[in-house]
Amino acid sequence: MTAATVPALEVPAVQVDGLEKTYGKGVHALRGVSFSVESGAVLALLGPNGAGKTTTVKILSTLSRPDAGRARVAGIDVLADPKGVRRIIGCVGQKDAVDLEATGRENLVLQGQLYGMSGADLRQRADELLDRFGLTDAAGRIARTYSGGMRRKLSVAMGLVHRPRVLFLDEPTTGLDPEARAEMWAEVARLSADDGMSVLLTTHYLDEADHLADRVVIIDEGLVVTEGTPNQLKSELRGDAIQVELVSAASSGQALSALGALDGRLRDMTCIGRAIHARVDDGAGAVPGVLAALERAGVPVAAVTVSRPSLDDVYLSHTGRAFHAANNGDSR
Amino acid sequence: MSTLVMQPTHMAVRYMRALWRQPLYVVFQLVQPMIWLFLFGQLFKNIDRLPGFGGTSYIDYLAPGVLVMSALLSNGWSGTMYIVDMERGVLDRFLSSPARRSSFLLGQLGYWAVLTVIQSVILIGLSMLAGARFDGGPLSVIALIAAAVLLGLTMACLSNAMALRLRQQDTVIAANVLLVLPLCFVSSVFIPTALMPAWIQTVARFNPVNWAVEAGRQSLVAGVDWSIVLTRLGGLAALALVFGWIAVRSYRAYQRSV
Repeated sequence: MTAATVPALEVPAVQVDGLEKTYGKGVHALRGVSFSVESGAVLALLGPNGAGKTTTVKILSTLSRPDAGRARVAGIDVLADPKGVRRIIGCVGQKDAVDLEATGRENLVLQGQLYGMSGADLRQRADELLDRFGLTDAAGRIARTYSGGMRRKLSVAMGLVHRPRVLFLDEPTTGLDPEARAEMWAEVARLSADDGMSVLLTTHYLDEADHLADRVVIIDEGLVVTEGTPNQLKSELRGDAIQVELVSAASSGQALSALGALDGRLRDMTCIGRAIHARVDDGAGAVPGVLAALERAGVPVAAVTVSRPSLDDVYLSHTGRAFHAANNGDSR
Repeated sequence: MSTLVMQPTHMAVRYMRALWRQPLYVVFQLVQPMIWLFLFGQLFKNIDRLPGFGGTSYIDYLAPGVLVMSALLSNGWSGTMYIVDMERGVLDRFLSSPARRSSFLLGQLGYWAVLTVIQSVILIGLSMLAGARFDGGPLSVIALIAAAVLLGLTMACLSNAMALRLRQQDTVIAANVLLVLPLCFVSSVFIPTALMPAWIQTVARFNPVNWAVEAGRQSLVAGVDWSIVLTRLGGLAALALVFGWIAVRSYRAYQRSV
């Protein structure tokens, strides 16, 4: 595909205002989510499973209806003109959504036909995408014989066949091995850089959001927690992150008071299980003092880690929970 | 206009291609009807001495019933296709495309219609091999196949509706098994209504399986009673439309639950 085949949009690619959605018996999947995706930008919707990422994408792709609030894609309201929205979006869901009994090419062609494409235009587009995703050799094989990484590539190619203006990628790299993941990252980066496509991707990988997104919106329990560029979010956190892992959670109270007495050098202290997270200006320099204080208090320490601020820390500082601790349960 | 025809066709082609790649599936579908025709038909061979049969041989009597029952059984699997598509995310992908919802249903029903015709033609051949004689002529045989297709489509729509609403493979399969045999037993598939207890006679009158068998059975008698054929086919067509509408409605139920 050549550069700039997708016309730039004057309106935001996605605009979501006060979106609410409740499932069945009072499961509040969304409790008033608002954000927007600039035309041509990549926005990552970041949060643990159950945060409301997939629900948001389902509403934007007209699969699901919001209970309250408004969602527009390229200025088109998802409730007022769902068909208009469907014509300009591409969707790649969490599941590969590939017909395993059909060949790669047949999958692509059928997908194009659903968008009214046909003939030489469709054949050419299918060839182009098979080539772009390295599936040309496998194009005539039924998808059941494909590896997980190949199916995911085919799935993304299917989402692109009709040249959408806005692409939704719901957890595009979940379950992929590191190599396939790196390829997917490169491809997503190309979509916005070369094709000028607007991309909304959901992920629960912080490094993925950090790597791919122009903007990150962190959502948790159906609410937007914070948003900004990855750098903005990280620079909100001054200094390094320091994490002290105690031998036993029982001594965490003692540890907190011992560390709290360290002349306020440690900030934003939180305790999760037997791990204490805090921020400090000079991480490496602070370690001896921290260890000495804990030893004086008689608290056995298993490990101390110092790291540069990451989106993980952003998540922690906004939600009071460690990202991976929150990241279990069903996807919504 | 062209998408009205083309999109269902593309969907039907998708299923036909999958069938073409597994032709054994058709053979597999024929095992059970062959048991009915060649074993059950032989076992009850002499039952035609009872007065209710009016002089037809039992295999002549049984053949259209087995054909109709087979159409019911195979079309009853229809919903499992939706379950597989739902689990793989294929259905969501379709529903987020601008293609009409009815295209997915129509395409799949087109596939079932073709499959039922193929299966029926094979079964008519096997029935003749077992000794049945289709004396009603080609038009009445076409009516028999039409009855099987219409009843099959009704069953497919019911199965699809259940798949879209309940979204459980086991339930859809169990419903097929639990529904088809009793429906066939309270119809004239195996035995004339005259020989049935009064309550089953009453139930059979409202049983669409019985309508299909009655319409189809005319293909084996020399003087075809077209009023029976056309009224029964009309009833079956109306029923297929009702269930088609229910299946389309079920898409909305599915989307509400997403």
